[in-house]
Amino acid sequence: MMQADLTSISWLSLAVWLPVFSGVLVLLLGGDHKATLTRWLALAGSLVSFLVTLPLYTQFDVQDGFFQFEELLPWVPAFNMHYHLGIDGFSMPLVLLTSFTTVIVVLAGWEVITKHIAQYMAAFLIMSGIMIGVFTALDAILYYVFWEAMLIPMFLVIGVWGGPNRVYATIKFFLYTLLGSLLMLVAFIYLYHQTGSFELADYYLLPLSLQAQIYIFIAFFMAFAVKIPMWPVHTWLPDAHVEAPTGGSVVLAAIALKLGGYSFLRFAMPIAPDAAHYFSTAMITLSLIAVVYIALVALVQKDMKKLIAYSSISHMGFVTLGFFMFSQLGLEGALVQMISHGFISSAMFLSVGVLYDRVHSREISAYGGVVNKMPVFAAFAVLFAMANSGLPGTSGFVGEFMVILAAVKFNFWVAFFAATTLIFGAAYTLWMTKRVFFGNVTNHHVAELSDLNKREFLILGILALLVIGFGVYPQPLTEVMQATSAEFLKHMAISKLPVTGY
Amino acid sequence: MTIKQILMLIPVLPLLAAAVVGIFRNYLPRWAAHVLTIAGVGAAFALSAYIFKQTLNGFTLNEAVYTWLNSGSVHFEVGFLIDNLSAMMMVVVTFVSLMVHIYTIGYMEEDPGYSRFFSYISLFTFSMLMLVMSNNFMQLFFGWEAVGLVSYLLIGFWFTRPTAIYANLKAFLVNRVGDFGFLLGIGMVLYYFGSLDYATVFQHAPELADTQVNLLGNCQWSLMTVTCLLLFVGAMGKSAQVPLHVWLPDSMEGPTPISALIHAATMVTAGIFMVARMSPLYELSTTALSTVMVIGAITALFMGFLGIIQNDIKRVVAYSTLSQLGYMTVALGASAYTVAIFHLMTHAFFKALLFLGAGSVIMGMHHDQDIRNMGNLKKYLPITWITSLIGSLALIGTPFFAGFYSKDSIIEAVELSHIPGSGFAYFAVIVGVFVTAFYSFRLYFLVFHGEEKWRHAKHDDHAHAAHHDQAHKDAHDDHAHDDHAHDDAHHHGLGPNENPHEPGWVVTLPLALLAIPSLVIGYIALEPMLYGDFFKNVIFVNSEAHPAMEHLAHHYHEFMHSPAGMAIHGFASLPFFLAASGVLLSWFFYMKRPDIPAAIKARFIVIYNVLENKYGFDSFNEKFFAGGSRCLGSLLWKFGDISLIDGAMVNGTANTMGKIAAKIRNLQSGLIYHYAFAMIIGVFLLMTFFIKIN
Repeated sequence: MMQADLTSISWLSLAVWLPVFSGVLVLLLGGDHKATLTRWLALAGSLVSFLVTLPLYTQFDVQDGFFQFEELLPWVPAFNMHYHLGIDGFSMPLVLLTSFTTVIVVLAGWEVITKHIAQYMAAFLIMSGIMIGVFTALDAILYYVFWEAMLIPMFLVIGVWGGPNRVYATIKFFLYTLLGSLLMLVAFIYLYHQTGSFELADYYLLPLSLQAQIYIFIAFFMAFAVKIPMWPVHTWLPDAHVEAPTGGSVVLAAIALKLGGYSFLRFAMPIAPDAAHYFSTAMITLSLIAVVYIALVALVQKDMKKLIAYSSISHMGFVTLGFFMFSQLGLEGALVQMISHGFISSAMFLSVGVLYDRVHSREISAYGGVVNKMPVFAAFAVLFAMANSGLPGTSGFVGEFMVILAAVKFNFWVAFFAATTLIFGAAYTLWMTKRVFFGNVTNHHVAELSDLNKREFLILGILALLVIGFGVYPQPLTEVMQATSAEFLKHMAISKLPVTGY
Repeated sequence: MTIKQILMLIPVLPLLAAAVVGIFRNYLPRWAAHVLTIAGVGAAFALSAYIFKQTLNGFTLNEAVYTWLNSGSVHFEVGFLIDNLSAMMMVVVTFVSLMVHIYTIGYMEEDPGYSRFFSYISLFTFSMLMLVMSNNFMQLFFGWEAVGLVSYLLIGFWFTRPTAIYANLKAFLVNRVGDFGFLLGIGMVLYYFGSLDYATVFQHAPELADTQVNLLGNCQWSLMTVTCLLLFVGAMGKSAQVPLHVWLPDSMEGPTPISALIHAATMVTAGIFMVARMSPLYELSTTALSTVMVIGAITALFMGFLGIIQNDIKRVVAYSTLSQLGYMTVALGASAYTVAIFHLMTHAFFKALLFLGAGSVIMGMHHDQDIRNMGNLKKYLPITWITSLIGSLALIGTPFFAGFYSKDSIIEAVELSHIPGSGFAYFAVIVGVFVTAFYSFRLYFLVFHGEEKWRHAKHDDHAHAAHHDQAHKDAHDDHAHDDHAHDDAHHHGLGPNENPHEPGWVVTLPLALLAIPSLVIGYIALEPMLYGDFFKNVIFVNSEAHPAMEHLAHHYHEFMHSPAGMAIHGFASLPFFLAASGVLLSWFFYMKRPDIPAAIKARFIVIYNVLENKYGFDSFNEKFFAGGSRCLGSLLWKFGDISLIDGAMVNGTANTMGKIAAKIRNLQSGLIYHYAFAMIIGVFLLMTFFIKIN
C-alpha cells in the first residue's frame, strides 16, 4: 500500500512548486527585523525542496530511456497547451543538482546578506523552482515561460545585491539572453503551426526539410548558445559574475549555464537532427575555440571571479564538444561535465566569496600567502583548484576524460586541441592559487584573516566530498544516463527529412 | 583473508594513514603522525614482500576491483595486475618509502609542518602503488597524475619560499605537457583496441601491427608508432627526459626526503616502468624505439655535463638522476626492457641512499647546501661518509656493486642493438660513464675530503641565488617575494667554529639499510632478472626484429658465466677505465690542483656559461611558452573580447542604435521650410524617375 501511495505523489510538481511556495512564504513571514527566522525558514524550505527531489533518483528506472514521472494536465485548451512535466536520464541529475545547489546558496548567504534578507532568500528559492521547471517541462510554452521567468529573479539578485557596476551587467545579461530567446519563441510558433501542438513529443516526430531544420536550429542556437555561453556570445558572463553576489554566481555557474546545454539536448538537436549534423563541424569549432581561446584569456585575468567565469566558459566548451560528436562516450562525458562543473564552479565561487567577505576585494593582487592564516581553507582551495584542473580522482576529470577519449575517435586533431585544457586549465587555476594562497603574507588584510567558520567549513566540506566521491566512483551518475543517451543517439541517427520523389 | 583482500590493503593502508594524519593533524600529537604512517607503509611493505614471494612461486592475478563507469560499450574499471614486474615495483616502492618515512623523523624534526609532511608521503605511497598495480590505462593515468599532485604539494612544501612555489607550479605544468601526450595516447589505444585493459590491448596488438592511420593530409603513419610516441611523451614528462626535464632540478626545492623518494627512486621512474609494461606495443614499432633511444641518450649525456658545474649538493645528485634516467630510457630503446627495470631497481636503492646521505650532510651543515663550503666531513659524519661512498661507487659502476651490473648491461645491450640511433646512443652512454664518475667524485671529494672550508670565508651566494632571480623575473606580478630574505633563515649554515654532527639513528639506519642493497642487489638479481624466467610472461621482446637482448644473453652465457665472472670481466672493460679515469681526474682537479678547474672555467667561459644556463631551456620556456601564452591571452582578451566582441558588436550595436536614433531625430526639426525643401527634392526625384522610365 505504502509503495502505491508513494508512486502516486506528483514528485515533479512538488519539486517545482515547493521551492516557489517556500519562497513566497519567506517573503510573507520574513523580514530584516526577524533575520534569524527568515534564514531558518529559507533553509527549511530549501532542505524540504531538496528532499522531495531525492525520490526522483531512488525511484528512477535506469533501464527506461524515455520520460518518467510524467504529469499531464490541460493548461490553455484553446491553443492546445499543457502542463506537462517529465524527466529522463538527462534532466534528472540536473534537477537534483538544482535543488542541492539551492541549499548551498541559502547557507552561503547566511550571515553575509544583511539587507533585504527575505527578498534575497526568496529570490533563490523561487529561481530554484523555476529552473527545475525548465528542466522538467515537456510542453514548449510551459518551458518557454519558465525559461523567461528565470531571468527575473536573477536580474534582481544581481541588480539589488550586486557590485558597483551592476546596472551595466544586468542590462547586458538581460538583453543578451532575451534576444536569443525571442527567436526561440518564433521557432516554437512555427512548430505549432506545423503540428497544432506544443507537445515536445510531437516535435520529435515531425518531418522537416533541411531548410526548415536549419532555421529552427539557428533560432534555438541563438537562445542556448548565449546561455551556455559559447564563444563569441559569452561576454555577458564575466561581467555578470563579477557584479553578482556569491550566491548569484553560484547559481549562474552551477545551474543557469546548464539550462543552455540541457536545452540543446532537449530541443535543438532532436527536433532538427539533420541540421544538428549539418552544423556539427561549426559547433565543434566553436567549442574548441571556447576551450583554447577562453583558457588563454583566463590566464591573464586579474580578478578572481572573472578568471573563474572564463574557466567556466572553457569547461562548458567540453559540454558542447561532447554533444556534437554524436557518440555515447562523448555525450555522457558532456553530461558528467555539466554536473561536475556544477560542484566545482560552485566551490570555486564560494571560495572567492570566503575571501571577499573578509577582505572585500576580488583582485588576485590583493592577496598572497593566505595559507599562512587560513590553512584549512587553503587545503580546500587547492583541492578545488586541482578538480578544476581535471585531476583524476576528482569529478572534474571524469567528463573531460570521456570527452577527450571520444574526440580521439572522432578526429585526432579535435582531441588534440581539447586536450590542451590539461595544460592551460592547470596553468590558469594553479597560477592563481599560487598567487593568492602561497608565499609570505603580503599585506595587513591578509595578516588579519581568520580561518573558515563552521558554516563555511560545512559548505566546502560537502562539496569536497561530492567532488572526490564522483571522481572515485562516477558510475552512479553515468548509470542513470545510459538508457536515455542510447535512445537519444538512436533518434539522432534517423533523418527527419521528408522522403522525396526521386 | 584472500589474496585479493591483501592486495587491496596494500595501497589502502597508506591512504588511510595519510587521510587520518592529514585531516586530524591539529588534534593528534606529533608522534602519532609518524607512528600511524610508518605503521601503514610498513604493513604495506610486509604485505608487498609476501605478494612478491607468491609471485616468485608463479602467482599472478588480473582482476577488477570495481567498475569505475560504463558508457555504452566502453568499460572503465579499477583493478590490479599482479605479476613479477608489479610485485617487484611494489616491494621497491614500499621499501624505499619506509626508509624515507623513518628518515623523515630526524630530518623534519623541527619543522612545523611535520604531520603534514608524513601525510603527503603516505599519500604518495598510495598513488605510486595504484600506478604500478594497475591493470588498465585509466587507473595508470590516475596514479600517474596523483603522484604528480603529491610531487606538486611536496616541492611546494615550504610554501612561503618563492623558489619553492615557482618550482612546484613549473613541475606540475611541465608534467601536464607530458600528460597531454599521454592522454592522447590512451585515446588512441581506446579507439583502436576498444578497451583500456592491458591484457586485451596486448592480446590484440599484433593484429593491429600493420594498421596505418591518417593524421595529417594523406601522410600514412603506423598506428603503433603514433600510439607509442604519444605514450612516451607522458614518460618524458614524468621521467624527465629532454626537453621535458626542466622541472626536475628545480624540484630540489622540496625537502630532501622527498627528493630521495619521489624525485630519484620512484616517481620519476614511472615513465620507465610504463614503457616496460607496454613492451608488447613498443616492440611493434622500431621507429618509436629509435626515438626513445635517442631521447634517452641525449638526456644521459647532456644532463650529466650539467652535473659537473653544480655547487648545490642536491642539484648535483639531481642531474645525476636525470642522466641515469637517460640510461634507463636508452635501455628501453634497445628493447632491453628487463635491463631498464633492473637499473631502475638498483638505481632506486643507491640514488635514494645518495640523496638521504646528502640530506644528512645538509643537516650536519645546518642547511647549507653549497659543496664549496664543505670538506673533510668524513671525520664528523662517518656513517654518512661510508654509505655515501658505497652509493657513489654503485652509481659509477664499480664492479660487484649494484650499479655495475645494471649499467654495464645497458651499455652492452646498446652496443648490440642495431636500430637507427644506437650508434649515437652507445657513444652517449660510454662518455656518460666518464662524466658520471667525474661529477660524482667531485662531489664526494669536496664534501668528505680536503680542508674544512666552512671555517673560512663563505660562498654566501648559495646555489639558489641564480634560481631566485629567475623566479623573480617570472613572477613579475607576484608579491610573495619582496621579503624572501627571511626564507633563507632556513639556510643559516654552520658557523666557523662549529663542528658538524651526525644525526641520530633514525637517519643513519635508513642509510645503512639502503647501503646493503646498493652493494649486493645487482649480484643477486642479475641472473634471474636478465637471463632467467623472472620477466618471462611479463615483458615481451620481438627477438627477430630487436635481437639485442638475445645477443646479450648469449654473450653472458658464453663469456661471463656468473655475476662474479661478469665483475671480473668488468675490470678489463672500457667503461671501467673510463670510470676510473673520471675518479682520478676529479681527485686531481679538486684535491691535488684546485687551481686547474678555475683556469679551465676562465679559459672556456663560453662553454661554462652554456652549462650554467642549462643550455637555455629554462629561459626559452620562460620567454616563449610562459610569456607567449600570457601575451596571447592578453591579446585575445583585450582585442577579441573587449574591443571586438564587446566594443564593436555588443556595445557597438547599442551605440549604433543610439547614433541612428540621434540622426533620425534631427530630421524632425519642426521647421516648415525644412519639410517644404524635402518635398521639393522628393517631387524632383520622382519626376526624374518617371521621365527616365518613359
